[in-house]
Amino acid sequence: MENGEGVVKKFCYINRKAPYGTIYALESLEVVLIAAAFDQDISLVFADDGVYQLTKGQDTEGIGMKNFSKTYTALGDYDIKKVYVEKESLEERGLSADDLQALKYEDEDDDWAEKDSLFIVGRNDLATIIDEQDVILSF
Amino acid sequence: MKFGIVINEGPYTHQSSDSALQFVKAAIDKGHEIFRVFFYHDGVNNGTSLGVPPQDDRNLTKEWSELAGKHGLDLVVCVAAAQRRGILDEDEMGRHGKSASNLAPGFRISGLGQLIEAGIQSDRLVTFGD
Repeated sequence: MENGEGVVKKFCYINRKAPYGTIYALESLEVVLIAAAFDQDISLVFADDGVYQLTKGQDTEGIGMKNFSKTYTALGDYDIKKVYVEKESLEERGLSADDLQALKYEDEDDDWAEKDSLFIVGRNDLATIIDEQDVILSF
Repeated sequence: MKFGIVINEGPYTHQSSDSALQFVKAAIDKGHEIFRVFFYHDGVNNGTSLGVPPQDDRNLTKEWSELAGKHGLDLVVCVAAAQRRGILDEDEMGRHGKSASNLAPGFRISGLGQLIEAGIQSDRLVTFGD
């Protein structure tokens, strides 16, 4: 406990901003990828304009920015299995699950079966999930 | 209580660095411990020694440096965010072949792991900024 070894806390990364226009989405992803090495219990939340971060078919050529959207599909390889997308935020923006990239992970306890890691949850359920966290980083 | 502090905005444009500074002072006054202050996003700009605010205004970087000197605060600037924004210590200056360094006294440059560690070690991680 003294040096933190063996401590597992529930870390939640809340992504609220569009992928481009500000750097928050990209630098949030950088934190998440580093955090994955710390053996903590990680959840990601996408709400408000943050839901745009997960959309399919992003094309950044016209704005001269790096398209980092493919990185989200690699989260499963970092053992990140809980990605929550707020249902109301999708609806308010005319989006549905079909507009989002598929996020999967391979379950080592189930013969590496490929499973969904993206869950669309309502605002009330999301509030409960957030309430259960130990550490929240909101970007 | 043991606090970890995250500052995500630069000085002056946003109030977050001011608020964090006041929070840290108040917490120390009340006998709490500050495990670490981590500067991320534009927050890394709080660590530049080259800011020259008007004399009748506060100098946030200087205040952080002084507070760090007085209380042994661990002020950590994220290396990746700092490199993007031109905040370099002497090591980084050498590594990237730059002509100057500008990290203010009392600050140090390190990785994002320091942020995660602050989350693990602190009783509360408090974020200032958007």
